[in-house]
Amino acid sequence: MEFLLQPLTLLTFFPLLGVIVLLFMNSEAKTAIRWVAMVTSLLTFGVSLWVLLQFNASNPDLQLVAKYSWINVAGWNIYYYLAVDGLSILLVLLTAFLTPISLLSTWTAVEDRVKDFMIFFLLLEVGMMGVFLAQDLFMFYVFWEFTLVPMYFLIGLWGGPRRIYAAVKFFLYTMAGSILMLVAILWLGIYGNTFSVPDLIAKGAIPANIQWWLFLAFTAAFAIKVPMWPLHSWLPDAHVEAPTAGSVILAGVLLKMGTYGFLRFNIPLFPEATVKAAPWIALFATIGIIYGAAVSYAQQDVKKLVAYSSVSHLGFVMLGMFALNVQGVSGAILQMINHGISTGALFLLIGMVYEQTHTRDIKVYGGLWKVMPVFGTIMLISSLSSMGLPGLNGFVGEFTILLGAFGSKAIGNPWYAGISAIGVIMAAVYILYMFQKMFLGPAGEITHHHELKDLNWREILTVAPLLILMFWIGLYPAPFFNLIAPAVEKLVSALPL
Amino acid sequence: MHLSEAVNSGFFFLAPWLVFAPLTGLLINLIFSKWFKFSEKMVGTVASLASGAAFVVSVLLAYSVSINHGEMMRWHLAEWIHIGTLELDWTFRMDSLSTTMMLVVSGVGTLIHIYAIGYMHEDVRFKKEEGRFTRFFIFLNLFIAAMMILVSGDSYMMLFVGWEGVGLCSFLLIGFWYEMDTLARPSWANSNAAKKAFITNRVGDFGFLIAGFLMFWYLGSFQFDEVFEAAKTAPDGIIVAITLFMLVGVAGKSAQIPLYIWLPDAMAGPTPVSALIHAATMVTAGVYLVTRSAEIYTLVPQAQYIVAMTGAGTALFAATIAVGQYDIKKVLAYSTISQLGFMVAAVGMGAYVAGMFHLITHAFFKALLFLSAGSVILGMERGHHHLAHHAAHDDHGKGKKKEGKKEDHGHDEHGEVFDPGDMRNMGGLRKTMPVTFWLYMIGTLALAGIFPFAGFWSKDEILLDASLHFTSIYWQLTLAAFMTAFYMGRQVWMVFFGKPRHEAAAHAEESPKVMTVPLMVLAALSVLGGALNLPFEGFHNLGHWLGYTLAEVESLPLDLKVAGISTVLALAAIFTSWWIYGRNPLKAGQIDPLKKPLGFIFTGMENKWFVDEGYFAIIINPFKKASQFLADVIDWRFWHDFVHDTVILGTYNWLSEIALNNYADQKGIDRFANWLGEATQSVSATLRKVQNGFVRSYALSVMLGVVLILGYLIFK
Repeated sequence: MEFLLQPLTLLTFFPLLGVIVLLFMNSEAKTAIRWVAMVTSLLTFGVSLWVLLQFNASNPDLQLVAKYSWINVAGWNIYYYLAVDGLSILLVLLTAFLTPISLLSTWTAVEDRVKDFMIFFLLLEVGMMGVFLAQDLFMFYVFWEFTLVPMYFLIGLWGGPRRIYAAVKFFLYTMAGSILMLVAILWLGIYGNTFSVPDLIAKGAIPANIQWWLFLAFTAAFAIKVPMWPLHSWLPDAHVEAPTAGSVILAGVLLKMGTYGFLRFNIPLFPEATVKAAPWIALFATIGIIYGAAVSYAQQDVKKLVAYSSVSHLGFVMLGMFALNVQGVSGAILQMINHGISTGALFLLIGMVYEQTHTRDIKVYGGLWKVMPVFGTIMLISSLSSMGLPGLNGFVGEFTILLGAFGSKAIGNPWYAGISAIGVIMAAVYILYMFQKMFLGPAGEITHHHELKDLNWREILTVAPLLILMFWIGLYPAPFFNLIAPAVEKLVSALPL
Repeated sequence: MHLSEAVNSGFFFLAPWLVFAPLTGLLINLIFSKWFKFSEKMVGTVASLASGAAFVVSVLLAYSVSINHGEMMRWHLAEWIHIGTLELDWTFRMDSLSTTMMLVVSGVGTLIHIYAIGYMHEDVRFKKEEGRFTRFFIFLNLFIAAMMILVSGDSYMMLFVGWEGVGLCSFLLIGFWYEMDTLARPSWANSNAAKKAFITNRVGDFGFLIAGFLMFWYLGSFQFDEVFEAAKTAPDGIIVAITLFMLVGVAGKSAQIPLYIWLPDAMAGPTPVSALIHAATMVTAGVYLVTRSAEIYTLVPQAQYIVAMTGAGTALFAATIAVGQYDIKKVLAYSTISQLGFMVAAVGMGAYVAGMFHLITHAFFKALLFLSAGSVILGMERGHHHLAHHAAHDDHGKGKKKEGKKEDHGHDEHGEVFDPGDMRNMGGLRKTMPVTFWLYMIGTLALAGIFPFAGFWSKDEILLDASLHFTSIYWQLTLAAFMTAFYMGRQVWMVFFGKPRHEAAAHAEESPKVMTVPLMVLAALSVLGGALNLPFEGFHNLGHWLGYTLAEVESLPLDLKVAGISTVLALAAIFTSWWIYGRNPLKAGQIDPLKKPLGFIFTGMENKWFVDEGYFAIIINPFKKASQFLADVIDWRFWHDFVHDTVILGTYNWLSEIALNNYADQKGIDRFANWLGEATQSVSATLRKVQNGFVRSYALSVMLGVVLILGYLIFK
């Protein structure tokens, strides 16, 4: 019992309670099923807030530790090891926050096999929580792989016409990277006689040339997940085919597993290799920022446009993280959250209009703002947040990232930040293009021929929390930065710079 | 705090209400106007009061600064971004410079709010979109709030928040009639103009950001005083880079070469917007920025010279285009660009007081001109409306004879839509719209720089400064001033004199009081505004006031030579315009009399020297093509389809085929290969297949992976 009542254990596995209840429910009782899933995810969010209350923001170390010996063979220790610190607390909260929102968006969108859908969704939440909380490499790997399964089904069963292709590609791509990471994990486990990350960090001193290979192996897994250019090919497929809630979680949380991986493992475990790799990561991040923005602008499918914009946005996160100074890394962490909020909102909103029109072709829209004023206004705010308008959340992240990267010792020159700042202009180009073609101008085919309804209360309620956060983080990000600052300070100061 | 205390020590604690007041108005209209079914008057009153409250706060703050002998005061509201050495706060800064801007913004802003109640009442009806009235005032209040952040921020980044905020408002208001063009036909034109404004401004903002980054890493702060202090000991190269990147931002916001191109298109917005945002306030933000940064610009004369040349070049270049325009608002738009050039040239030369002086007087008379132009356009619309109504009415009465006329009319409507802003349709309006006419004359004389109107004093101060320091800039500006008087003369002759060239002009109707009264206030200011800073000993009021904030203030005495030359030139220009356009008024359908003598030069002026076309050819189209190429060819056909689907998947296939054939008896491999084979087929697989086990094998493979690790660990 003591084991189960630990805050982080409870947080991670709480959704399983909902799964168990759902298993015994009649699959025809759709509304009841939805409510059970909803209440479960809301309670999980409640637990995450309880965790936040117990979290000591001024402590840079891992907290709320739950550590038990799990598998003990051949003299090695694999631990059941959950803990949270400033690097992960916001992502944990984001996961718990986005899950109920995604579920609310499925209220009328998912009618098919609701029970299965909800079970997979809650399982996915368990996996994501585990990824962000696990401090043992082995345990992390289990959760990491585990998230693939429910996501695979969410895309494959409830997705668009090419869902199977997209699901398989998503699965194989991630698996391919993970295999290399697995090898590196095994090497580390053998080398350090433990899989516990803090112990491995404490042990330190992995020879530089081996560090480099390990760094690359981890990078393979994480860079695909992020995705960093040029490994992004699975992303547009997965996003376009995934159901709305899947896209929200995919963009909002799953991609962050990649960036988080760099933060949690690559940087502290392989400090020398990290410093050495920084200019290279910055180069690829910069290419990704510009490339993603340019490709995004040429899309006709609005979901694809947002998908490619993620390549650009995640490029910013990577650039800031490998600036390896406090501004850059703090900005990168905040931008992970920001991207979850604004891109999550964009996917939700697109899903709402898609439910009515069943098309994602930008060209057939036009003049939507006139017939759906509330929708248009919310879309405008989300778009502005995504393109980094000061006063909204996106700016705080992008600005601190670029600022950090501009003066980064690790990257070594201001050019990457300077060129990436052009990405800010290009963001305005593709976002405004999307907003104009869909919401401004004369009424297009769809707007003309459909009796489009403006958002109802449930839909407004779905995006409202995201809108509040956009303003909150944009105007007063202090509470968020305060949570992460000590951990970032510690992470950065440990680097050989 | 007691009132008496505040009266004695200052009202600085009110500073946040500069922003909160307009935001309150915005929120009231946003949330309650639907619930309580606000009338248009109510909406307009709420918005105007909100803006008026900001004006009252500005007055109190200016008063507070003055009783504290011009000492700068700060009001800290909240922390914004604090990371390591990066410290950004929401702190308001009140000194003579920022309060001056506050007064201009909220003062002119409030007048325009009031005017807009009348203007938008009619505008939404001409466009048959009465529901959109409230939205206009919400945007207008948002603009005041953003502009207040811009002028009152105590750091470059807080200024930047307002800087981009006003850009957003500009976007929203230019695209206010987003489903049509300026002639109310269904079109993408207005929304294109809005987008163009935002993106061009973002290019400028890019420069601002880079300047900011340099500032932080080399000067260590974004806070004004800390930056100025650190700049004194910083290497020149860095300061030059900072100031020039900042100039890119200035060029974007204040419509200077090469980023001015968005401003003429911005005229797609309703006229009060053109007056408020695109003439009086927002576009002067760049001038404010340079003035605010005076202490760093003064350190690097070479950068100052580039700023001044940019301004002077813009002043002259835009003036030439204004000569060749036919749209009443387009002339004023290019005039605005040109006048902004004067201001930028002034602050570039270090004549900050002259620049600010011109900024203020220009806000008065250009707002007056735009709003009067709006009155003219609405008057034309009314005339047109009246006519259409009349014709329809006649239809019922008469029979056969009307038939032919109606056909004629129909043809007309199909071929060409009536443009109420085209000066070629106007003429003789001084008779039908006398109040507007006199107001317009005052604005024109002020802009042309005729003694003793406000523009005379402020423009002369700039010219005088240029004549003392930079001869080439002096001549550019003088020539621009000549052309200013000329194109304004041309406009007045075309619009108000001669005979009506269109039925609508003949039936034009005067505007209501709610519109003309704010204009009268602006007209009074345009006449008397010069008194702010007369070039006589003891009358340099503005100079003295700004001297509290700016380190160096030149108070030049009147130079009769410079004033004489510019006055003679202005009068000569007006006379020339009369010679060409006034003596023989334009007739309906007649081409511009300048076209013949000037030939291709006039064609260039008419077509804005083809700059937009150039941008399309050099930047926009190549960018579109490149992004199309990246998306379709590189990313999709090559990377997605060829490399991934053909090469990688194909190799998989091929290998699994070999594996299958050669080692078919080996169960494990067989199974693995099957799995891969199915992955390939999956491209065309159906839902049924998903349910058929093959997905389960993926789940299994994950398990398998876990088992493998365990196995390895155990049996190592």
